[in-house]
Amino acid sequence: MQTIIPSTRTRDLATLVLFTLFVLTAPLWGNLIGAGYPDLLQKFAIFGLFAIGYNILFGLTGYLSFGHAAFLGVGSYVAVWSFKLLSMNAIPAVIFAVLFSGVFALIIGFLSLRRTGIYFSILTLAFAQMSYNLAYSVLTPITNGETGLRVLRDDPRVIDNALGIVQQGSPLGDFFGITLTGYAGFYFCAVLLILGFWLSLKIFRSPFGMKLMAIKSNQTRMEYTGFNPRPYLLTAFVISGMYAGLAGSLMAIVDPLAGAERMQWTASGEVVLMTILGGVGTLFGPIIGAATIKYFENIFSAINDQVLENTFAFMPDWLGSLMVTITGPFVGEGWHLTLGVLFMAIIIFMPGGLMEGFRRMTSWANKVDADSIKAAENAEGDAK
Amino acid sequence: MSDQDKEFVLSISGVNKTFGGLQALSDINLEIEKGKTHAIIGPNGAGKSTLLNTCIGLLKPDNGAINFGGRDLTKGMTPHAINQAGISRVFQTPQIFPELSILQNVMIPAFAKRDGAFTFNPFKALRNEKQIQDEAMALLEDLGMAEGAQHHAGNLSRGNKRRLELAMCLIQHPKLLLLDEPTAGMARHDTNRTIELLKKIKESGMTKVIIEHDMHVVFSLADRISVLAQGAIIAEGTPDEIKGHPKVREAYLGSAEI
Repeated sequence: MQTIIPSTRTRDLATLVLFTLFVLTAPLWGNLIGAGYPDLLQKFAIFGLFAIGYNILFGLTGYLSFGHAAFLGVGSYVAVWSFKLLSMNAIPAVIFAVLFSGVFALIIGFLSLRRTGIYFSILTLAFAQMSYNLAYSVLTPITNGETGLRVLRDDPRVIDNALGIVQQGSPLGDFFGITLTGYAGFYFCAVLLILGFWLSLKIFRSPFGMKLMAIKSNQTRMEYTGFNPRPYLLTAFVISGMYAGLAGSLMAIVDPLAGAERMQWTASGEVVLMTILGGVGTLFGPIIGAATIKYFENIFSAINDQVLENTFAFMPDWLGSLMVTITGPFVGEGWHLTLGVLFMAIIIFMPGGLMEGFRRMTSWANKVDADSIKAAENAEGDAK
Repeated sequence: MSDQDKEFVLSISGVNKTFGGLQALSDINLEIEKGKTHAIIGPNGAGKSTLLNTCIGLLKPDNGAINFGGRDLTKGMTPHAINQAGISRVFQTPQIFPELSILQNVMIPAFAKRDGAFTFNPFKALRNEKQIQDEAMALLEDLGMAEGAQHHAGNLSRGNKRRLELAMCLIQHPKLLLLDEPTAGMARHDTNRTIELLKKIKESGMTKVIIEHDMHVVFSLADRISVLAQGAIIAEGTPDEIKGHPKVREAYLGSAEI
């Protein structure tokens, strides 16, 4: 029978320490799986944050938002504007991005949460698509439309100018003098990922988090138990929107430009996939899901027919070319096909996502352990 | 005791409710005396559950007033505001949180009682809420459910779900407890246990309204009984008065033995 055992302080602390070590050593273990380069590791961290935040809404309350990319986009635009107007320092960019996306989430959440279930999803989707189209059309003075918003050398940058900081070459995001590209960029994202994970851990273990789970479990009961679910849902929505804004600002920090395509519904769909793939409502699931998808995107999309031909070169010519024809559609441009197959397989066989897979593996291992101990005991008994 | 000395917790006056052409409740007048157990009986479809639903904000009556602690519950009071005012309810089909543990199910209403309709405290650890946890455990022990309190509530039997829901209401120490067939679907043994428990609650002075089909339960618990038939109250009185009431026999009990 399933049980819910309250976590202890020691266990939570151990979880956080292990997670921190795991993230900070990413360049080392990344090398082993061919992901040891900063661009990809940055993506792991940024989309990990996006998914952790999304999971606070979707995982805890069960409200499926299809519009979270809007907050990602707002975060990016605000960060670039902070670069243009204030400073190339990443700190104000992050702070303003989180604040603005929070306010934006408050408005969209307030309106969307008037409805539940599929209607809520559709409302969020509508708002996000509206934001996307606005960014492309009437908001061009703010978003620079199709070209995308970029940082220019002659932008005002009031704070930098007042402090006498001059940009050499094209301006890049920095952290008090450290240029945030490459591994410096990754570690900046990694520290925020650890902070974001810690915050999410806190929420999961708080009465607030338990109430969110209770809303998911039986919202009617919550109402007749004396709770007003709406402010709870709105708070969760705003928190997850702020996480998305933070992720968006990090995208702009490691690569100072922002485009409307970040707000498109496919980007909203991606974070839903990440969360489900990893395991909805689990602490680690969303991060694992985000990393898996970004890993597959990078590895499989880089494989082309030439690489395949080399791989199958040891086979007879006719078999080799047959293998290339069969596997070809699954790589390069067609990597989405691989992702789709993977996603379907996981949802059909492990509805709880990759985390459920891990759980099954450990419980199976424990069972095997217990069986072998029992067998050993029996053998001992027999010997006597 | 004269009528002036009685204190009423809930006063329902002139409540009507129609569903389409069906008169579900017609001109209901009912007063629930403080500290007493008031049973509402009646054949299926008499409007018993509808009446309770109007008291918790689930249904809005067409007209009439429901006065509770000086406030009219029919005047735009939301379900959570009604609960916060002091009314808890056990539903006919158990309403619990299946994905949470049994203990958490009982802790949630305790939080509602302590913190109100909304509190934002994401940095407070659940494990530090010792007082609420102990209170919930003590109550579960009283109900004989303490063992396995960490298990998922969704795995409980129907009878145990009802008992859990009762615990969820009791932990709020409501001014008025509404029970919609609290023993339906229970084995005789569990029914008797629930009766004992409800008698114990009665001693604590909690006011209760109970809808029940089981006459054994009704006559073991009720101080007063109202009989509902086709949306109207046809008789009201003490259990002894109701037992011998000719109209009640005719409308509801028929040939049934009491």
